Amino acid sequence: MLEVEALSLFYGDMQALDQVSLTVPERQITAIVGANGAGKTSLIRAIAGIHRPSSGRVRYAGQDITGWPSHRTVNLGIGQVAEGRQLFPTLTVRENLELGAAVPRARQAARRTLDDVLALFPRLAERQTQLAGTLSGGEQQMVAIGRCLMGQPDLIMFDEPSLGLAPAVVQDVFRIIRDLAARGLTLVLVEQNVRASLTLAHQAYVLETGRIVLHGTGADLLADDGVRRAYLGG
Amino acid sequence: MIAARAMGGALLLAGLAAPWLASEYVLSVLIVSLWFAYVGQAWNIMMGFAGQLSLGHAMYVGLGAYAAAGLFVFTGIGPWLGAPLAVIVAVIAGAGIGWLGFRFQVKGVYFALLTIAFAEFTRILFDHITVLGGSGGLFLPVGQRSGVDLINLRGGPVMFYYVIFVMTVAITALSWALLRTRLGYQWQAIREDAEAAEAVGVPVFRTKLLAVMLSAGLTALGGVFFAFYYNTLFPEQIFAKSRSIEMILAPIIGGMGTVLGPLVGALLLTPLGELTMAVIAGLGVTNAGVRQVVFGVLLILVLWFLPQGVWPWLTQRWAKGRRQ
Repeated sequence: MLEVEALSLFYGDMQALDQVSLTVPERQITAIVGANGAGKTSLIRAIAGIHRPSSGRVRYAGQDITGWPSHRTVNLGIGQVAEGRQLFPTLTVRENLELGAAVPRARQAARRTLDDVLALFPRLAERQTQLAGTLSGGEQQMVAIGRCLMGQPDLIMFDEPSLGLAPAVVQDVFRIIRDLAARGLTLVLVEQNVRASLTLAHQAYVLETGRIVLHGTGADLLADDGVRRAYLGG
Repeated sequence: MIAARAMGGALLLAGLAAPWLASEYVLSVLIVSLWFAYVGQAWNIMMGFAGQLSLGHAMYVGLGAYAAAGLFVFTGIGPWLGAPLAVIVAVIAGAGIGWLGFRFQVKGVYFALLTIAFAEFTRILFDHITVLGGSGGLFLPVGQRSGVDLINLRGGPVMFYYVIFVMTVAITALSWALLRTRLGYQWQAIREDAEAAEAVGVPVFRTKLLAVMLSAGLTALGGVFFAFYYNTLFPEQIFAKSRSIEMILAPIIGGMGTVLGPLVGALLLTPLGELTMAVIAGLGVTNAGVRQVVFGVLLILVLWFLPQGVWPWLTQRWAKGRRQ
């Protein structure tokens, strides 16, 4: 569904991605793991069109979308839940959600999608008029996921969805991710919680200083000695 | 909300009745107050709603004023055609600055510096456009003060008062409506977090550009009013940096990003400035800078105690009062 081919990205002189190639199959969870600064967020942003790659190709559903601006990639059905949730703090929960339907593909059915999202997150239904900045971390993550769903994506890229959340809430977030996969969405999961994301993922890539160094099924990588040493503490 | 509505209704009624109640002096103060409210609203769309700081809005006032006044002086064509011309000129200028800034990722303070630079270029440019009087100024033929000629906008203070009153009510209504459109939400999203707005698919570049263009065009209409009310235009004066600053005080003190903030700010500030001048004159002090000092101190006090501005503070107080 999504193919990334030899993608390189520079921030000034610093190379963030070096010839990254990967394939994200439809209706599967693809995990991308790696240390801080390995280039995981850069990869998501380059795919989404927030950063412009210096070379390489991004193909989505057979179409070359390399360097497309994000309002066009989102309109194609590529959603993302950014690291740190990135809500609009002085807008209400409902306004945040409605902003998720900014792209043309989502506008027509925005009302119905909103009902779906509120049914999925009953906690948000109760807090619709509350300012997003006043919510708890877990609730904010639900708004972020809900806002992404408002754009009616076929593919969602999650950037560190469990970062900074209480353990019980982390469980909720992973359950939601599993539910979304069960609904037939294609997911890319960037996570510092390597064990959880490899357990969940059909396949995974290991990113090190901007390069893909390992690729396999989630189970393979969980059993891999190098991965265990580097990311799972033995 | 109820407080806002009550406040709005009271202001509207008082505004309509003002010419019958006020002396000519008070009326002239009200005209200036409403003018600052109007241009404050126009600036607020760009900064308060979309979060793009402009410190060069005097440029749009000047461009609008010169466009309409030039047309009137040389062809006799009145402001009803001069105003669209003024808007077009200012929108093109705004689009140029916005395009340069946003295309090359000039953000925040640096974007503000860009707006100052362009306002200064324009001031110097107009100093040298001899057709329009250059630094010697452009003068409109002064009409009958007693008559009311709405076609050519020639008339007395009462006419000008109602014109600026209607303009201010209209731009306030426009602001209210804009905040409730998709465009308004997208502006706020960009203001809150441009990166997040980009991530959800808001076309950030285009949306920011629209804010600048709309703000510039509306500000130019303020310039048209300025030209026909004062009848004299000097580049040194109309494009002055100090005007750009004075224009943004009302929305900052009243409450940026709110619909009534710029109005409340202007209705507080301008009369206060006049009062200060009167007191100073009464004390026999003849220092021209005292008003600016008073404004400066006031700005510091408001930002210190009411960082959100007067209007948000008032609505919060009312909301609290109702709950108790």
